[in-house]
Amino acid sequence: MTRLSVPKTYKLAIGGAFPRSESGRTYEVLAADGGFLANAAKASRKDARDAVVAARSAFAKWSGATAYNRGQVIYRIAELLEGRRAQFIDEISRTEGVSAAEASAQVDLAIDVWVWYAGWADKYAQVAGNANPVSGPYFNLSVPEPTGVVAAVAPQGVTGGSLLGIVSVVAPIILTGNTVVVVADETAPLSAISLAEVLATSDVPGGVVNTLTGSPAEIMPWLAAHADVNALDLAGAGSLDGSSGASWVDLQLAAAETLKRVLAPVAGVPRPALERISAFVETKTVWHTKSML
Amino acid sequence: MAFLEYAPAPESASILNLKAQYGLYIDGEFVDGGGEVFDTISPATEQVIARIAQADAHDVDRAVAAARRAYETVWSRMSGSDRGKYLFRIARLVQERARELAVAESLDNGKPIRETRDVDVPLVAAWFFYYAGWADKLEYAGLGPNPRALGVAAQVIPWNFPLLMLAWKIAPALAAGNTVVIKPAETTSLTAMLFAEILQQADLPAGVVNIVTGPGSTGQALVSHDDVNKVAFTGSTNVGRMIARQVAGTQKKLTLELGGKAANIVFDDAPMDQAIEGIVNGIFFNQGHVCCAGSRLLVQETVHDEVVERLKERLSTLRLGDPLDKNTDIGAINSAAQLERIRTLSDTGENEGAERWTADCRIPEKGFWFAPTIFTRVSAAHSIAREEIFGPVLSVLTFRTPAEAIAKANNTPYGLSAGIWTEKGSRMLALVDQLRAGVVWANTFNRFDPSSPFGGYKESGYGREGGRHGLAAYLEASGWDAPAGLGSASAPAALVTAPAAGASGAAGAKAAGKPAKKSTRKGAAK
Repeated sequence: MTRLSVPKTYKLAIGGAFPRSESGRTYEVLAADGGFLANAAKASRKDARDAVVAARSAFAKWSGATAYNRGQVIYRIAELLEGRRAQFIDEISRTEGVSAAEASAQVDLAIDVWVWYAGWADKYAQVAGNANPVSGPYFNLSVPEPTGVVAAVAPQGVTGGSLLGIVSVVAPIILTGNTVVVVADETAPLSAISLAEVLATSDVPGGVVNTLTGSPAEIMPWLAAHADVNALDLAGAGSLDGSSGASWVDLQLAAAETLKRVLAPVAGVPRPALERISAFVETKTVWHTKSML
Repeated sequence: MAFLEYAPAPESASILNLKAQYGLYIDGEFVDGGGEVFDTISPATEQVIARIAQADAHDVDRAVAAARRAYETVWSRMSGSDRGKYLFRIARLVQERARELAVAESLDNGKPIRETRDVDVPLVAAWFFYYAGWADKLEYAGLGPNPRALGVAAQVIPWNFPLLMLAWKIAPALAAGNTVVIKPAETTSLTAMLFAEILQQADLPAGVVNIVTGPGSTGQALVSHDDVNKVAFTGSTNVGRMIARQVAGTQKKLTLELGGKAANIVFDDAPMDQAIEGIVNGIFFNQGHVCCAGSRLLVQETVHDEVVERLKERLSTLRLGDPLDKNTDIGAINSAAQLERIRTLSDTGENEGAERWTADCRIPEKGFWFAPTIFTRVSAAHSIAREEIFGPVLSVLTFRTPAEAIAKANNTPYGLSAGIWTEKGSRMLALVDQLRAGVVWANTFNRFDPSSPFGGYKESGYGREGGRHGLAAYLEASGWDAPAGLGSASAPAALVTAPAAGASGAAGAKAAGKPAKKSTRKGAAK
């Protein structure tokens, strides 16, 4: 006799909580074979704005944590992901229609990407910072600091990317102390929400990663124009061609109004790279006067 | 002669050998422009110094074509060490002609000769000298083992430090292997023309640097030109926004150095003599025409009266007048338009309830002048506490606790610079961490050095100029190989990242912009 399963309700992840969309809207997530998987929350403008408030509130504590601490928290994400791999393999293989072995390989990569970035947390400032030999009695130091709140689009509809895509976008953003509002893969959002559950139990403070499901073409324009968002990661926005809402160029135009930093779209899943960390930091240079002895 | 009264000591303008009219500098030669020739005047006397050619869209096109040709045929093929040698030559020629450049700059811009002679021009030489040495060491810049030049750089610079901003733009661009088309500000083209003569003396290959003069429309034609790979702009935040819009969706790399409204924070335990000099230098240096000027003074309440009294005393000793006089502290406002803006904002400050004090000094009859002014009783909501005045006007606000100082300092959409005055090192370091600003001066202000990165947070722009970080604005990172097992051989083919959107050429936005999708699932409807 087979047991009747208990399916999960997939919701948004905002400020450490898992609310439904305030709009009450949902959309059907289908398996690769067309079968019904879940009703995902279809995030609204209000949800996006709430997520920015949560991200901004979380910024002081997360960016103020020591780099060693952030590194350990991010490493712990990898640990917990490892422990829940069966769930992710199941979700990936059903949404992407790939074999369990392929899904497993993707989970491996996602875990390893977290580990790779975790190690950067307390080294990045050493690589990106600089002591500057100025002509005068000053101790002059440049250090990288997080930009602030970043709005990101996870890779959309990439085979092999429903988990790895969002991980590859979020990890380099948060490791320096930024907080993020990320719009998940529209057609394969299940792993993104399950990942949010992993984050919630990994000592990542609430509000550091806020995950929205729904239409990036609908949600992103509000985030791109939001005055309290400092930067955009358009990694997965290349598929937004304007046919159903905003194109990625529209997003960049909106971002210009508040002079946001913008990282351009990529095809596929962004590869782990120092440049993805550097895209969301500011360089602060301090001149300390040396006294005369 | 009374105390602190000096006899005039004007620097002789006879060192200059100016032409009556300057052309555009394109492909190594001075040529006529298609637009109407315009006058450049001395803001101190309103007399015409020289006539300047105006570049129209066709001239901009010619200049970009020359830069492209020079990039393809000469500059990108030259060894880094040879590029460096040209830059060293330029640095030396600037030093040799330093006094001439300083006099020309003071004449054309209105800033005191003491500043052009001791700050602007020495820094110009230092900038070229610093970046010259980078030209053959780019693989050490932290951008991967083989960073690549971008191509043709379009650069638009402001009128407040005409030659220095030119150096900030050209030196790193050439060191990194790019060629340049640069547009000086409309009111301050003169030293760029002298710089073109220096390039001829240096025998820099034709087309590597092209200078197009003219108004804002010339700059617009330049930054929106299809065949430029890089846009660098220093100027107002509003124009910066416009440029960011124009560049959106293209492959052009953009750096912006925009406005500021810096907080200069003075604690009650500050070294007060130095602090007073620092506050004065912070806002009255270069008539306050400085994007990183310390225009918002945040004083701890307990020392507010003392600081304001001492400031007034000090400002009363500043000499305003002939920019070419070696004793002059405050020169002329650069243009009638800027003077009007300073007057309007100052009047608004008064109307909104702030208390105005102006130094008692004689204002020359001709020219554009504004006496050093302090506003007290300023609240965070006043226009003069929020908007960039870009003139010799200081707004004084108070605070009680460090937390209040931080909150007030960060209460602005800008984030270019800040200052802290305290003898308590631990407090200063803690405060530095909290300030959202790209440059922080601790017990000093308005220091610049080619090795020190400069640039803003938030709406003060993005990218850095100066130092190792300044090179990143003109290079494409080659990147390091992806870590083994993460996206290289072992990763599924679908995961290998293609270059960012439409990597070839700088064609129009939507056409070129859309990245090729490597692999997209089908089915999976909404």
